[in-house]
Amino acid sequence: MRTVILRSIAPFLTSLMVLFSIFVLLRGHNEPGGGFIGGLIAASALAIYGIACGVAAVRRAIYFHPIAISAVGLLMSALAGVLSLFAEVPFMSGLWVYPHLFGVEVALSSVLVFDVGVYLVVVGAICSIALGLEEGDRD
Amino acid sequence: MAGQSDTMVDLAAAYVLEPVAAADWLVVAPVVWCIMTGAVLVTLRKRTAVQPLIAIPALGVLVLMTLALLWHVIAGGTVTMTMGRWLPPFGISFTVDLMGALFAATAAIVALAAGIYGRTDVDDSGRRYGFYPFLMLIMAGILGAFMTGDVFNLYVWFEVLLISSFGLLVLGSERAQLDGGVKYAFLNLIATTLFLVATGYLYGLFGTLNMADIAIKAAELRGTAPLMTLVTLFLLAFAMKAAAFPVNFWLPASYHTPRLVVSALFAGLLTKVGVYALLRILVMLFPLEREALSLVIAIAAALTMVLGVVGALAQNDIRRALGFLVISGIGVMLAGLALGSPAGLAGSIFYAAHSMVVMTALYFAAGLGARLGGGFELTGAGGLSTRHGLIAAMTLVLFLSVAGLPPFSGLWPKVMLVKASLDVGAWWLAGSILVTGLLTTICVGRIWVLAYWRPAPEGREDTVPLNPPLIGATVALAGLVAVTVAAGLWPDPVMSLAQQAARGLLDPSAYVQSVFPAEAPQ
Repeated sequence: MRTVILRSIAPFLTSLMVLFSIFVLLRGHNEPGGGFIGGLIAASALAIYGIACGVAAVRRAIYFHPIAISAVGLLMSALAGVLSLFAEVPFMSGLWVYPHLFGVEVALSSVLVFDVGVYLVVVGAICSIALGLEEGDRD
Repeated sequence: MAGQSDTMVDLAAAYVLEPVAAADWLVVAPVVWCIMTGAVLVTLRKRTAVQPLIAIPALGVLVLMTLALLWHVIAGGTVTMTMGRWLPPFGISFTVDLMGALFAATAAIVALAAGIYGRTDVDDSGRRYGFYPFLMLIMAGILGAFMTGDVFNLYVWFEVLLISSFGLLVLGSERAQLDGGVKYAFLNLIATTLFLVATGYLYGLFGTLNMADIAIKAAELRGTAPLMTLVTLFLLAFAMKAAAFPVNFWLPASYHTPRLVVSALFAGLLTKVGVYALLRILVMLFPLEREALSLVIAIAAALTMVLGVVGALAQNDIRRALGFLVISGIGVMLAGLALGSPAGLAGSIFYAAHSMVVMTALYFAAGLGARLGGGFELTGAGGLSTRHGLIAAMTLVLFLSVAGLPPFSGLWPKVMLVKASLDVGAWWLAGSILVTGLLTTICVGRIWVLAYWRPAPEGREDTVPLNPPLIGATVALAGLVAVTVAAGLWPDPVMSLAQQAARGLLDPSAYVQSVFPAEAPQ
């Protein structure tokens, strides 16, 4: 699959897809989207990059081992639930803050932290499977 | 946006509004703790020396948490926390009653022992494959299953523990392990699919998955809904998980292949999750249907216990023999389920807790014996009792305990079950428990005589001394032996806990009231 066309377009396509996946992740609370589907889009972006430029390039690009990314996501999601402990509400309750950043009200919540955790779990898990399969192809 | 809404909304219709006491967090703390330490250990999977230093204290904390939870439940009754503040049955409830808390505490003790034993048994490559992370995550699945109050959530925890168990089973990726792993995975997936089908059916009939809600609604639906079909499906799915005859063939095919500590953990905990689910669903939610099925369950129980131990008698590999003894023990637990009386259920609960500790310890003992004496095969084994008296003595204690001989913890639940069977005139069930005890004694006596008592065969004098790495494993074994001896000599606390737990199962009003404080029945 190492054609010139794919290889030259893959970096742009990948960055666009990763950007789109973050967009899907953030709109997820009230509209279709969220951590899981966003994570899938990001993982397929990395898979395209891997097909075009090789697994080693992907591993360099994401820097951390995919499994470690998953683990951090899992920890983040669990911690998002534990935040409820300090608000005296049951585990995994949604907690919201509304800071004003540059004059705009931004709704931040523990739900978002949880969703980002899910995003990382999905990216890491799918990515490690995809990279593993692609590496396995060669031997 | 769920912004700062100015409109007045009656939150009490959807939300739990009372502040949650910190002690109630004990309900979710063990599971969350396991997941979080599991995640931390995954990031450290290359640092094989550091992993046990984090995992073993974390398991110690887990034991403290589950003991605190048990104490909390003893003191204050069933505790519930519903996730995300949503009112049950819409939010997912974690409801811990006495049976759940007792099983959780026992499982945590077993896991701590496995963590300590794993330091000796699992080498660097096994740790890189993720022994400790998988250990924490499988505990998250097991404890979640013991604590959840929602049938679909129970399914999810089964999946969590199943996936982690696949990982543990193929630790090291040897050929025999993959062979055993495929059989285990395939047959367990069938059981899990059946469970899922039954859960979908349950939801179709009841429109709810919350166990307390089902317990309320079962009475009114009984006339119209095909509950017998549903309960039979659940019985088949969980019996497969618990390795009851005739759906037990996956267990002997796979339990002798993984690392010894993994076999020990599985033998101690996994089948008991199936027994727990049977007790929870059949006894607490559908007691009348269980009553109708009691003869089927009793026959399956008698065949499971007798055929299990007959299988064990025929083995030459100690691990295989222990695998069959696990099955035999499941039969004894099912006998209490078949009886359904308070005394019978108490016997089952006590036996399950006893079996978690003793089966794990037996695998540990076999593993230590194999390291010191050279192998799991009975042919050519021998001489352990003269060289390693302490370990041989502990093994003998465990053998007597698993056979149900006094004064160890196996005796009391069997006495309770035999008495409960005779009370209802099921002499043949009582008889098969006693015959199983006799055959188990013969089976473990044979292992003891061949591997421990008889002198070492000619030309094999070079047994390993008890070197420092093995001391940790011995400590883990000794801890579990101490538990079985203590429970055998002072059975009263465990027995009364098991009796209370059985009463809580038979009359779930306290359970229901914990989930729906407003809807106190009657």
